[in-house]
Amino acid sequence: MPQIFHHSTNALAKITIYGAVFIIVAALWVAVELNRSSWNTGQWVERQQPVQFSHKHHVGDDGIDCRYCHTSVETSAYAGLPPTTTCMNCHKQIWADSPYLEPVRASFRTGKPIEWIRVHDLPDFVYFNHSIHVKKGVGCSTCHGRIDQMPIAYQAAPLQMEWCLECHRAPERFVRKREKIFDMEWRPENKTAAELNEGRQLLAEYRIQGKHILESCSTCHR
Amino acid sequence: MSESDRHINFKLMRDHILAVQDGETPRGGKKYWRSLEELADTPVFREFVSREFPQQAEGWDDPIERRTFIKLMGASLALAGLSGCVFQPAEKVVPYVKQPEDEIPGKALFFATAAPLLGAAVPVLVRSNEGRPTKIEGNPDHPNNRPTDFPAEDPVWAPRGSSATDIFTQASILGLYDPLRSQTLTYREDIRTWTAFVGEIRSTLDEQRPKQGAGIRFLTESIISPTLGAQMNATLAAFPQAKWHQYEPANRDNVRAGAVAAFGQPVNTTYNFEQAKRILSLDCDFLSPIFPGHLRYSREFIAGRKITENSREMNRLYVVELTPSNTGAIADHTWEVKPSEFEAVARSIAAGVIQQSPAASANLAWIEPLVRDLQQHRGASIVMAGANQSPFIHALAHAMNEALGNVGKTVFYTDPLEVNSVDHRQSLQDLINDLDAGRVDLLVIIGGNPVYNTPTDLKLNFERLNKVNKLRVHFGEYRDETSELCHWHVPAAHYLESWGDTRSYDGTVTLIQPLIEPLYDGKTPSELLALFSDQYDRKPYEILKSYWQTQKSGGTGSTQPAQARPIAPQQQSATPAPSPAASPSQDFENWWRQALHDGFIPDSALPTKTVALSANWANQNQPATNQPASPDGFELVFRTDPSVYDGRFANNGWLQELPRPLTKVTWDNVAIVSPNAAQALTGSNTNGGAIKGREHYVPTADLVDQQGHTLRVPLWIMPGQPDGVVTIHLGYGRRNQIVNFGSATQDPVAGFNAYEIRTSYAPWFTTGIRLLPTPAQHLLATTQLHFTFEDPNFSREERDVLHSETLEEFLQGTKHDEEREHETLYTPYPYKDQAANAPNYAWGMAIDLNNCIGCNACTVACQSENNIPVVGKTEVVRSREMHWIRVDTYFRGFDPNRPEATNFMPVPCMHCENAPCEPVCPVHATVHSAEGLNDMVYNRCVGTKYCSNNCPYKVRRFNFFLYQDWNTQTYQLMRNPDVSVRSRGVMEKCTYCVQRIQGAKIQAELEDRRVQDGEIVTACQAVCPTEAIVFGDVNDPNSRVSKLKANERNYSLLGDLNTKPRTSYLSQLKNPNPQITQI
Repeated sequence: MPQIFHHSTNALAKITIYGAVFIIVAALWVAVELNRSSWNTGQWVERQQPVQFSHKHHVGDDGIDCRYCHTSVETSAYAGLPPTTTCMNCHKQIWADSPYLEPVRASFRTGKPIEWIRVHDLPDFVYFNHSIHVKKGVGCSTCHGRIDQMPIAYQAAPLQMEWCLECHRAPERFVRKREKIFDMEWRPENKTAAELNEGRQLLAEYRIQGKHILESCSTCHR
Repeated sequence: MSESDRHINFKLMRDHILAVQDGETPRGGKKYWRSLEELADTPVFREFVSREFPQQAEGWDDPIERRTFIKLMGASLALAGLSGCVFQPAEKVVPYVKQPEDEIPGKALFFATAAPLLGAAVPVLVRSNEGRPTKIEGNPDHPNNRPTDFPAEDPVWAPRGSSATDIFTQASILGLYDPLRSQTLTYREDIRTWTAFVGEIRSTLDEQRPKQGAGIRFLTESIISPTLGAQMNATLAAFPQAKWHQYEPANRDNVRAGAVAAFGQPVNTTYNFEQAKRILSLDCDFLSPIFPGHLRYSREFIAGRKITENSREMNRLYVVELTPSNTGAIADHTWEVKPSEFEAVARSIAAGVIQQSPAASANLAWIEPLVRDLQQHRGASIVMAGANQSPFIHALAHAMNEALGNVGKTVFYTDPLEVNSVDHRQSLQDLINDLDAGRVDLLVIIGGNPVYNTPTDLKLNFERLNKVNKLRVHFGEYRDETSELCHWHVPAAHYLESWGDTRSYDGTVTLIQPLIEPLYDGKTPSELLALFSDQYDRKPYEILKSYWQTQKSGGTGSTQPAQARPIAPQQQSATPAPSPAASPSQDFENWWRQALHDGFIPDSALPTKTVALSANWANQNQPATNQPASPDGFELVFRTDPSVYDGRFANNGWLQELPRPLTKVTWDNVAIVSPNAAQALTGSNTNGGAIKGREHYVPTADLVDQQGHTLRVPLWIMPGQPDGVVTIHLGYGRRNQIVNFGSATQDPVAGFNAYEIRTSYAPWFTTGIRLLPTPAQHLLATTQLHFTFEDPNFSREERDVLHSETLEEFLQGTKHDEEREHETLYTPYPYKDQAANAPNYAWGMAIDLNNCIGCNACTVACQSENNIPVVGKTEVVRSREMHWIRVDTYFRGFDPNRPEATNFMPVPCMHCENAPCEPVCPVHATVHSAEGLNDMVYNRCVGTKYCSNNCPYKVRRFNFFLYQDWNTQTYQLMRNPDVSVRSRGVMEKCTYCVQRIQGAKIQAELEDRRVQDGEIVTACQAVCPTEAIVFGDVNDPNSRVSKLKANERNYSLLGDLNTKPRTSYLSQLKNPNPQITQI
């Protein structure tokens, strides 16, 4: 009886066996990358809002301080979203008739708040606190990116736990001087030896606590 | 070898080893035990503890068979896994339109108000997260809560007042969000508008006006609120023939009658425990939350038991009582006396104290030394009588205080708190007479549930209510038995939705301000009473404010202008800016705003007054309640339920599921009998009638009173209950009552209605009761056997759990073992040098068992703070209650009929440094923090439950089902936003209130300072009336917790396991009278 398979098919079998390992590894890699991709994290996705509010215009062009609207960023866990009255402070004078701002005026008239779409949405079991990060020298742009260049706000960082831990494990790579917190042009990451050196000095100056404490689960999860 | 063979062999081997070790001797008696089963070491107990974690045994609720289910699951698992990949829908953020002043999103505000739940109010400070009240604390600035040496100048941190509250106040926040509260105004079960109701009342009033309101009757509970009282009096002035009746089932008629007998007038008695060295309680449970002023009294009483370097003296408490109580458990000497013999005992004590003669019927050896002890502390002792005792006992107590010279030193008298103090029984009798005679046209029932809770002989039933000629109106928070029989039902607003005022136990006017708009369109009693005046559309705030404006300008003398009282830091935001005002109206405005901010009107406590003992106090008033003892049959004692009181908290899941302090029964009421009596009745003196699986059944009996009424009651055997006395609790047996606690099954609450056999002439005890055993058994959810440390199947040695000693033993220092340092294989973690730039906190807790009065407030406070779900009776039966801190009750001694002592022990997570739970977790869901917290990471937990299996303290709780109510919207408002809401399949446990720790740490870092001692207060610590729980930094040698841990009474629970618990205990001290040997 002749052989069913030709001798050369042995090679095919070998390739299949070793290839399976490769395929499994590749599939895992794809899964991990998908998990980290913006498809999953929502990074870079521009959110359509009820009012097309442009940070680029208000921050970049007009130079309004972050804290004019996000009033509690230095005192509370929550940075604060401006009440309608804050918008109307200016917009009862300028662009007072703009159709784009009709939802704002409607809110002011009716007392019904504007429902914004959340751009940075952490899971509910994470208790992020803005005030302590600002206090310890983590600037706005470190997490929120170049918000002054965003006509429509999007999430600039993946906001996954490994991303948080990058800084919690080595804060010297990301901290900056307090007077630079709201500086949008500050380069978020300290890379050069001089910058890292300054980061290390800030750790001592701002009493930024070491890795064991920043890594403890209850620091963020309660 | 098959699996089962191996299992059996291992068990055989273990049994063999243990038998050899112990020489086959059965365990003798035990020193401390939690249940009679444990004391007797019954097969029931062994069965129960043989499976150490019975809550984890498989329970199958579904009709589908397990194997079928697993087959189906296997197929659908892969598909189900994919469904996890769904993106969450985009969340919305909704800012304010106009942000309220002082409101910082993400930061809580605190507002002062008062909880008027049962009689005298508890002053509280309510946390509000973005306008949602979420947690109730005591108001530390209220005069009732401040220490007497409170420095007015610098109160910032140091001696702040107590923030204690009780179980009812803590749980009332659940009542606010209860979806079963009545939500709409109805007429004959049809929804109507408020204006329709107003119209109907106004037209009825117009008919009544010519007859001066002769047909109008009001039935209320005791009214303490000055504003409401003034409104009521104004209504009665406008309708002179109308009548106002007051009735509460747990009234203080006896207290009032006793005062009238002694002084010829009703008085309110207040006490000063700071000066009291000897206290005699005649059946007065003054440490329980139903006693007016119990928060201050417990704090001062326990402070008098504190042993420090300088003070080596303790006060001494004698309790003579009818049935075991918390106060009796704390006492240095407790005697249980039958109701029929109580008066004789009280008389002989009084004879000794007053006439200084040896007691007339001194067949009881302890009376003489007791009397001598009291007489040696003239002016520094207190004699108290319980509200359940007859007026004569109260008169005796007043006379004894007079004779001991206590009046003006430890005992004070003021006018009654009530606006109009009446005898409730007489008041109800008058109403019933009028109803029977058909003289009532309009009956307005404000609060209460009289159809359910009036006594049998004065029952407000359908026949009587039907004789109301025109209208019956019920005003209440719930649709209940009474509202069913009324035409109109008006939903009442919760106190957290209301404007109003009330008085605390000493008469201090305490203001009620709303934290939230009424959720369900409820009205306040003020609004209802306003309908009977000309200004029927006045708002409650106007009514309240104008009343106080009149009082202030009228110059009642009790209201002084507000001095600039210092404000606690967390309240500052709500302080009105004091303006340099001149005009009187501006003066009032400032005064008013300050009073609202502080939550009370300064210096408004009722002035003490001098009352003289009537000459013939002893001769008058031979009480009608003193019935002759029947030679056979039981004597019956009625008590309000420790958790649902007279039935008014029956809809509260937190309270229903709270184990009663002594019986540990939940979701039920029981008839308490002594072990001897049970032996005679059922042939067993342990509670486990039978255990089927994990279900705990107790025998039942038919309780037959002299009139022949029969009640089917489950029997509960209570160590220390006097023989021949059966105690039942009021408040259960409501019809079709359902408690909302989430998605778990909502079984109607069981229990029997004790009101069915309660008469108005014998409201607190009666005789001639027969108990007829029945073959039926009752499934009871009691936590007494749950989470026990002992397992006789495994070790025959009693474990070292509870430490208690007498003051004498302590001072001699005979019993102290050195805490041994054990060897350990773990690398010690450098808690004193945690990391670079670390403040090096190490959190720890000390629980002083000498202070614990077993009030359970910590359990409810924890439940409120940490979003802990209610699981329901079925799940409690399976040992699956979720309380993060439990209070274990231990009895001591070898005789179940007469336990030598009763001790309470709160058990939260120990936060062991060598935590046994941590190494066994396969997914690192429970790990140690750098500061020594045993962190639980819910989002990592996969539910293996290994940690719980390895916890020697049994403090971990597992969400077997979706216990948390995720659907009811109102409950979502209630949750603490700083604590994760756990879903099913997740382990949880005490976190030391890590949200409060982190909050304080962040605040301290923002202010460039360290966290100060006392800045972090855990929920259980904040609520504790006696400061039994102290939390803080154990690395700081000057912190309060470090000082307590350095105390020689300090010990670790199961310290021999070398888990190095961060929670440690201080042993309890008792101060018995050395001259009394008989216990």
